[in-house]
Amino acid sequence: MRQAGKVFAVIAVAAWSIAPFLWQAVTSVKPDAELARLPPLLPVGPTLEHYRAVFTGASFLRIIANSAIVASSATLLSLAIGSLAAFGLAKLRVRSRGLILLFVLSASMFPPIATVSPLYLVIRALGLRDTVWALIMTYTTFTLPLTIWVLTNFFRGIPEEIYRASLVDGCTPFRSFVRVMLPLAAPGIATTGILAFIFSWNEFLFALTFTATDASRTIPVAIALFPGLHEVPWGDIAAASVVVTIPLVLLVFLFQRRIIEGLTAGAVKG
Amino acid sequence: MSGREEGNRFVLPAVLALSLVTVYPVLTVLYLSLHRKLLLFDITEFTGFDNYRFLLADDRFWNALGNTVYFTTASVSLELLLGLGIALLLNRTFRFKGLVTAVVLVPWAIPTVVSAKMWEWMYNSDIGLLNHLLGMKINWLGSPFWAMNAAVAMDVWKTTPFVVILLMAGLKLIPGEVIQAARIDGAGGWSLFRRIILPLLMPVILVVLIFRTMDAFRVFDAVYVLTGGGPANTTETLSIYAYKVLFQTLQFGYGSTLAIVVFLCVGAMSLLYLRALKAEVGP
Repeated sequence: MRQAGKVFAVIAVAAWSIAPFLWQAVTSVKPDAELARLPPLLPVGPTLEHYRAVFTGASFLRIIANSAIVASSATLLSLAIGSLAAFGLAKLRVRSRGLILLFVLSASMFPPIATVSPLYLVIRALGLRDTVWALIMTYTTFTLPLTIWVLTNFFRGIPEEIYRASLVDGCTPFRSFVRVMLPLAAPGIATTGILAFIFSWNEFLFALTFTATDASRTIPVAIALFPGLHEVPWGDIAAASVVVTIPLVLLVFLFQRRIIEGLTAGAVKG
Repeated sequence: MSGREEGNRFVLPAVLALSLVTVYPVLTVLYLSLHRKLLLFDITEFTGFDNYRFLLADDRFWNALGNTVYFTTASVSLELLLGLGIALLLNRTFRFKGLVTAVVLVPWAIPTVVSAKMWEWMYNSDIGLLNHLLGMKINWLGSPFWAMNAAVAMDVWKTTPFVVILLMAGLKLIPGEVIQAARIDGAGGWSLFRRIILPLLMPVILVVLIFRTMDAFRVFDAVYVLTGGGPANTTETLSIYAYKVLFQTLQFGYGSTLAIVVFLCVGAMSLLYLRALKAEVGP
């Protein structure tokens, strides 16, 4: 009896988590005529017309490319700058270390609405409005606190002797960082990389403010401002949603453990 | 420590980059909030505390503040309750545990904008899934009462996984022997939870509570995409109001004043958060 209750609860939780996405998937294969009524719940004559509509014309592909470029560049840059800082904070002598760590932590708490307008003015003054550069720069720095925080813990966990030994072998600290420490921190790099990528792929407020056309528009903005002539094209929106969500669902299923580890390290362990 | 190599230059790029997107903007926003700046006409003039005086008399500000507090309170408390339940469930052993945990994580990974569109579609009053399943004709996003609660429900769905993960991490920190000992002493079910697990989990719950409160208080995209702040501003949160003033009417002065209010509120909460973290991790 108790066992049955547990199984039922597990199924209910799983259903609640996945149902809205499944419904979106069902919507994406229903012809327009079937979208205008309910029931039936399931498509009678499933179709791929919405996927075809979404991929017709260059615009959606361009937007996916923008998102991919922005998210991967920001992730790589954030990892480069962040791991350097984390290594310094964990293994080297850094002036006012505690203060810097506190600053990094508080930087992650800044409400975006309080920083978006000055950054918009900067971006405009630099002539970077509506370019992917504006978003790459912003996301790189916004993901830095997480990168630094998680990686500092990671570098601390690498035994001091290994670092010392590399110095004895004639490495400079920077060389030791690149050749010895970075490879050892690979699991931490993967964890923070995945989280930084998901953050950059999903961000909306800055993308909405800094972009104006398909030249730099990213997926969240495109979906929020989905063009419709007369009625909201629910089928097309559903198809687009499914396409851009599948990479994330894959990431979750493949790297579940890493994601959980990173989120926990980012918040609770501080 | 003193025998170590000098590492300031390793840290410098990160500190500079972070200052550029935090310290510099906040100082600028503070400066702008004391000015009348209309981007459209290229006007900037110093007006002292005029914007703040205007804010205190601005009904739309108080409405947005009320909405934000309601949204935050409702969604965070529901997320904690639901998250605690799910965390306790997932902490037990059952088949396909890894798979179920991954499924539970899915809403967290879906972009907020996509979730908002998904829910907007389910909330559709004529052909939406929700009304169909309930057999009702509720105008979820069009009625002042339901719209805000509909936004809360969406946020709860989207963010509970995050709470679950943190609470599960907290549950793992409770030593198995403690639970065993309590069981031997005859504690089971509710009393085990109430007397042993809950008190031991309290520090983590506190951290999650403050962390989530900070996050919910600055909510923008979830509500903005779902309702746009409507109907009749009943779901307009502080961030949405500030955004509209900043980028739709281009009043950078007053918009900055609103942004400063959000900043101060979240700043106060982050001080609490830092204290809670310190208490948990130890000095």
